[in-house]
Amino acid sequence: MDHFVDLTLGGLASGAVYAALALSLVIIYQATRLVNFAQPALALVAVYTAATVAPLTGSYWLGFAAALTAGTAAGALVERFVVRPIARVSRLNGIIVTLGLLLVAQGGVGMVWGNDQHGFRYAFDFVGRPSPADVFALASVAAVAVLLFCLYRHTPLGLRMRAAALHPEAARLSGVRAGLMLTAGWAISALIASLAGMLAGPPFISPNVFDAVFVYGITAAVVGGLDNPFGAVVGGLLVGLGMSYVSGYAGPELATLTALALVVLVLSVRPDGILSRPAARKV
Amino acid sequence: MSAALLEVVGLGASYGAVRALDSVSFTVPERGFRAVLGANGAGKTTLLRTLTGLHRADAGRVLLDGEDITRMPAERVITRGLAHVPEGGGVITGLTVEENLRLGALWRSPRRDRATEAEVLELFPPLVPRLGRSAGTLSGGERQMLAIGRALMARPRVLLLDEPSLGLAPLVTRQIFALLRDLRERTGLTVVLVEQNAAGALAATDSGVVLGQGRVAVEGPSAELLSDDRTRHAYLGF
Amino acid sequence: MSTSATEREPRTAGGPARRRVDLPSPLRHLLLAALALAAVAGLLLVTGDLTALRLAAVGYTMLAVAGLQLLVGGSGQVSLGHGAFMMIGAYTMALLVLRLPMLPLAGNLVAVVAVATVAGVAVGAATARLHGPYLAGATLILAVGLPGLTHRYHEVLGGSNGLTVRTAGAPPFLQGLVSGSEWKALVVWTAVVLGLAVLATVSTGRLGRRMRAVRDDETAAAMSGIPVGATKVTAFVVASAAGGLAGGLQVYVLGTATPSMFTLSLSLTLLAALVLGGIGSMWGALWAALAVVYLEIWLSDAVRAFELGKDVENNLPIVLFGVLLILVLRFQPLGLHGILQRLRALLRRAR
Repeated sequence: MDHFVDLTLGGLASGAVYAALALSLVIIYQATRLVNFAQPALALVAVYTAATVAPLTGSYWLGFAAALTAGTAAGALVERFVVRPIARVSRLNGIIVTLGLLLVAQGGVGMVWGNDQHGFRYAFDFVGRPSPADVFALASVAAVAVLLFCLYRHTPLGLRMRAAALHPEAARLSGVRAGLMLTAGWAISALIASLAGMLAGPPFISPNVFDAVFVYGITAAVVGGLDNPFGAVVGGLLVGLGMSYVSGYAGPELATLTALALVVLVLSVRPDGILSRPAARKV
Repeated sequence: MSAALLEVVGLGASYGAVRALDSVSFTVPERGFRAVLGANGAGKTTLLRTLTGLHRADAGRVLLDGEDITRMPAERVITRGLAHVPEGGGVITGLTVEENLRLGALWRSPRRDRATEAEVLELFPPLVPRLGRSAGTLSGGERQMLAIGRALMARPRVLLLDEPSLGLAPLVTRQIFALLRDLRERTGLTVVLVEQNAAGALAATDSGVVLGQGRVAVEGPSAELLSDDRTRHAYLGF
Repeated sequence: MSTSATEREPRTAGGPARRRVDLPSPLRHLLLAALALAAVAGLLLVTGDLTALRLAAVGYTMLAVAGLQLLVGGSGQVSLGHGAFMMIGAYTMALLVLRLPMLPLAGNLVAVVAVATVAGVAVGAATARLHGPYLAGATLILAVGLPGLTHRYHEVLGGSNGLTVRTAGAPPFLQGLVSGSEWKALVVWTAVVLGLAVLATVSTGRLGRRMRAVRDDETAAAMSGIPVGATKVTAFVVASAAGGLAGGLQVYVLGTATPSMFTLSLSLTLLAALVLGGIGSMWGALWAALAVVYLEIWLSDAVRAFELGKDVENNLPIVLFGVLLILVLRFQPLGLHGILQRLRALLRRAR
């Protein structure tokens, strides 16, 4: 029973991280119908920035701030100067270019810091039930989700961003700078991915540290529906719990393949995710 | 005719190698109500899209009250007072009716413009009970109202409309035309109306431009165009 | 420079055959394959052992990329799981050599293809309804997750140390005539050209046309009576079989299979190489394979010459492939093959 409670708490905490990643994927998917496979690349930029800045300044929180800033800036720049001109040509090219960015980031980090694991101190303790780290993860992701909801539903910027995503041309005719809104969406998405990276990366970081995390993030987004932010959050928590139980009772090596089975199963039954409303196929 | 509010000089545009507009020139005076007519593929929609910067002009100029707006991106043209209701209305179905309206005024101020909103809703009473609903639930006529309403939220000086009658019942179309005339009388709005429905449009407007294969074929007061049999047969098909 | 020789080889092989368009497609491709093999053999005669190993690497890499080419360029499905199928082929090969040493090499390779095909059918059928980003996502999970199995089944698959095998060299009657490496290169290329002939036959045949129809517009293809699902799955299976065979050949040459050989980076690099070589043409796979093998070698040499360290040496090829991928997509979407074709057209016009 103790084991079960541990697994549940741990599952919820990591589920929060997956929810954040899924949310960041959904933001970009809603705006451009593109799944951003470069999301772990942005998270890498963030954690390695933190791992550099924190020891230099002696403050974890300065490193944290630097990480979010660097990740956000990277997301905005990459959208404007790399992804947009290429994704315009075809969706296939759009997917491939984000994969190229992932290669560049993983290789680049490896070139500078090496492929081995680096220790990276975390601000909170991992001990306890729930541990302070778990609480921080859950609380910060919950805060992000609420803020995001308010931003999109209740601010002029949110209205502009939604309009630009739904109907770029009509939005432009209403004076919305649709291109800028796209960049803004990527920036917000990158910010959340950076946060997810800061939560998921420690205590050890390496160029491939986010491969598995990203896998669960994608799983969560797919399960919840790629254009459904609420689905992403629910999907994240479900996947977190599920993977925690699978790792705890069956072995951690099986978790990834369980995720694959989950994705395939969900998509075979509900191709647009569990929480999606069935929509007519667009021709 | 006093100084033109909207002046189009030798405008040209293409889709790849296909010439869609070829040195199109015409003017619209302040408080004018002008119809742009022509067969399918004559370049009517391209003309409007080029005027508001959705399509690139490769020749000529567009002047709005003397200011050159030819190369201005679409999202800035609206800030100069030129509103464009695209074909089909361009209502954003994923937003609520109210959000669509608010979006129209957003470039002026991030704060909600309740006064203009009330004015617009007065013009389109059927929208009032549907404010909180998704725009996707509206009927065709209501969507067209919402589209025009959103454009009016910007408090434009010139309103460009692309086939507002498309898919609407004749009665609804007449109501919309009448409303546009009324708006012109009351607020001094200048209107350019692109129409396939030439008879209806000429009955409502005071002058017309007829496009044929991307060029201005005939131009003149609506009543004259309506009575000139040759024009009617050659370009308007009725 | 050894590559210029390899680059020239397929074209001389392609020249005479191209005029015989009246030959049935499988036969024509077999003839091409035989010519290509002869060219490789000729090349082996004049080069040394080291080049032989590199040529073998070019061979199996080309086969893997060509399979991916059929899938991505042909049917428009992005799979990030190609490395996973190479891994399946590689581990099958290693296990066969370890557990059933009496089997002949040809038998092993047939078994490898069979296992990879079965795996391809399983994954392909499961993902048949996924499209675009969903398929990419699902196969990404496969690529990340599969190497983990080696830890789970440590006793059989050897954990992170993987499996090490000894493969037989040249048969006794050829000893002294060809070295072990040369023999391996010949074996690899024999299998590769056979595989490529199959891939070429598939992609120029009815299935290939169907795949392209599905790629261009799934709905329109379905409405013209093409079985969309079956076409996509078949493309996936053929690509998986090619990937599996490539993995099996890799183990045959290198004598080892470890999980670190089949990371996500491998799948991404293959995809990058494909785009770099030229999506939409089998020749693109050759340029891609040459790029993968030789860029890595040259970069390693350069890094060592400048003493930039192990970290740079290990990662520079990856970064370069990523950067090249992005640049090619941005400025030259048809890749190296597109550039070469344009050059050829220019030359022809100049004449």
